[in-house]
Amino acid sequence: MKAHPFRLSPGPANALPLMIFLLVGFAAPLMAVIAYSFMPARTFGLLDHPSFGNYIEIFGSNSYISFTWSMLYAALTVILLAPICYPIAYGMAKVFGKWSPIITLLFTIPLFVSENVRLYGWVLFLIKNGVLLGTLKEFTGLNLDGPLYTRWVVLMGMVYVYLPFMLFPMSLGVSMVPDEIRDAARDLGASRWQVFREVELPLSMPGVMIGFLLTFVLAVGGIAEAKILGGQVIIPITQDIEIAFTYAQNWPLGAALACLLMLVVGTLVLLVLWRFDLDKILGRRARS
Amino acid sequence: MTTPTPILILKGLTKTFGNFTAIDHIDLDITEGEFFTIVGPSGSGKTTLVRMLAGMEEPSSGDIILRGARINDVPANKRPTCMVFQSLALFPHRTVGENIEFSLKIRGMAKGERKQRALQLLKQLRLPADYYGKSVLKCSGGERQRVALARALAFDPEILFFDEPLSAIDYKLRKTLEKELKDIHRETGKTFIYITHSLEEAMVMSDRIGVMRAGKLVQVGTPDDIYSKPRDKFVSEFMGDVNILKVTLEGKNQLACPDFEKRLKAPTVPRGFTSGHLVIRPEFMRFVAKKTDADNVFAGRVYNEYALGSRIQYQVRAGGQVFVVEKLREQASAHINLDSEILIGWDARDSVLVGE
Repeated sequence: MKAHPFRLSPGPANALPLMIFLLVGFAAPLMAVIAYSFMPARTFGLLDHPSFGNYIEIFGSNSYISFTWSMLYAALTVILLAPICYPIAYGMAKVFGKWSPIITLLFTIPLFVSENVRLYGWVLFLIKNGVLLGTLKEFTGLNLDGPLYTRWVVLMGMVYVYLPFMLFPMSLGVSMVPDEIRDAARDLGASRWQVFREVELPLSMPGVMIGFLLTFVLAVGGIAEAKILGGQVIIPITQDIEIAFTYAQNWPLGAALACLLMLVVGTLVLLVLWRFDLDKILGRRARS
Repeated sequence: MTTPTPILILKGLTKTFGNFTAIDHIDLDITEGEFFTIVGPSGSGKTTLVRMLAGMEEPSSGDIILRGARINDVPANKRPTCMVFQSLALFPHRTVGENIEFSLKIRGMAKGERKQRALQLLKQLRLPADYYGKSVLKCSGGERQRVALARALAFDPEILFFDEPLSAIDYKLRKTLEKELKDIHRETGKTFIYITHSLEEAMVMSDRIGVMRAGKLVQVGTPDDIYSKPRDKFVSEFMGDVNILKVTLEGKNQLACPDFEKRLKAPTVPRGFTSGHLVIRPEFMRFVAKKTDADNVFAGRVYNEYALGSRIQYQVRAGGQVFVVEKLREQASAHINLDSEILIGWDARDSVLVGE
């Protein structure tokens, strides 16, 4: 067959629809955000002379406080979720057997309900005279103020919301450790703790790392927990971005904040991926 | 020579899973230093049995006695035994050296001493010393086998268990590794308990063989015993291609077979035998010139011929039966061609009578 200059070979031809979709739906908006971040403050066009003005303004402002809150709370969420999820993940992969799908379902069903609705549920539960404190007052006469609108509740909310994103990759990671390797380590004299430390944890590391990254990235972008459960007790960077785009009507500043957040989180993720070569841990590439 | 002492004694060992009896009252003595092979088809319970011996599965009843001490409740990590798994179960995130040293590290041996032991084992297993730092994932199938064996030998266990480690390996390499394993057994003098579904593999390596069927040990004996005196039809069939004729005893040493009008001359009749099977190994079948050249002779027609390397296998249709006849290549007669009419026969002493 004669090659036509405008005819694509099957590979690129099949990839074309997806490429167009990604360009229009993902790359273009991202580019627009990046472009806006270089526009003069409080403008709405993309044709002005680009400058670093917004970035300079950010570095002179107190945005670092919101940045720190977001990073700190995301990190704390990951740190708290790791020991909570590993035992459940282990159970789901190795212990629960036929009950495992039901437990998976129990962790999945809440995801069908909007995050905001679930958080307002917590508000109703924790608010003064709400489900928890109201009941307590009714029975004991104690009139407590309750934990709502504190930093601890924001953290609890984040742990609650992001739990499945830590749990499922971890469970996958644990299930990838072959039973015979566990048995072999035990047979060679390892105690249960040694089996965990020497074999189980390192071999389930790919799943654990994916859980860490996923949870961290999602938690850094979290806004509803601080808004709904925290009142104004902490302002995460996402709320600064939202304010810049809405009340302040300063799209370029919001875009610059968003770009900085992407840069910081992206760098962190790449650093972690580089440090923990997933393929190497998995041994996949070497095996094939 | 002193009487061999049993290192391991199994007494009425039983394992049930719900209503299913995987291991059914096994009694067995394993002699110190012997190479004992358990053969059986898949599902016969041999893996369950060896997992109980290694401490990875708890017996439902019965006792496991190691050097006089009951070890039923001793967990795997406290038993002086080690297993080489079917999948080998090497630690993929570790080097060859780290794999071999694992049990020593667990036992708190110093680093230098550990390395020395690992290098000694590499040498013993004919692996180059520079494999010490190599990733196990970069080793070939045969090398991994050796690493797994070195890892199992490292802490000097008293008994080594093998759960079909050679089953996924191609024929030629398997043959080499079987011989190496036998050599290692001789060099180390340790007790080996080996599991396989291939009786051929068992014959090559073992001092004694136990044939398993549906959770029971059907026959225990030397390879020679199992080969020449199979206890029942199951064991004889397990030996590969054999000729099995359904027979009933008539008179003192005559056998009636529904496929033939003629009576067959029987070998030594086991006590109490009335009906069962007559087993004749294919290499004991002969092509004969006249009807008086063997105890039992039949006229037949050659209808198939297979070259099996050093041997040639013929399938001969005689009466209602297809006989398998095997001859060494250099003994194969020129006049035996496909479709030729020939006489085949065997002597009564070359056959065995077995029960159902």
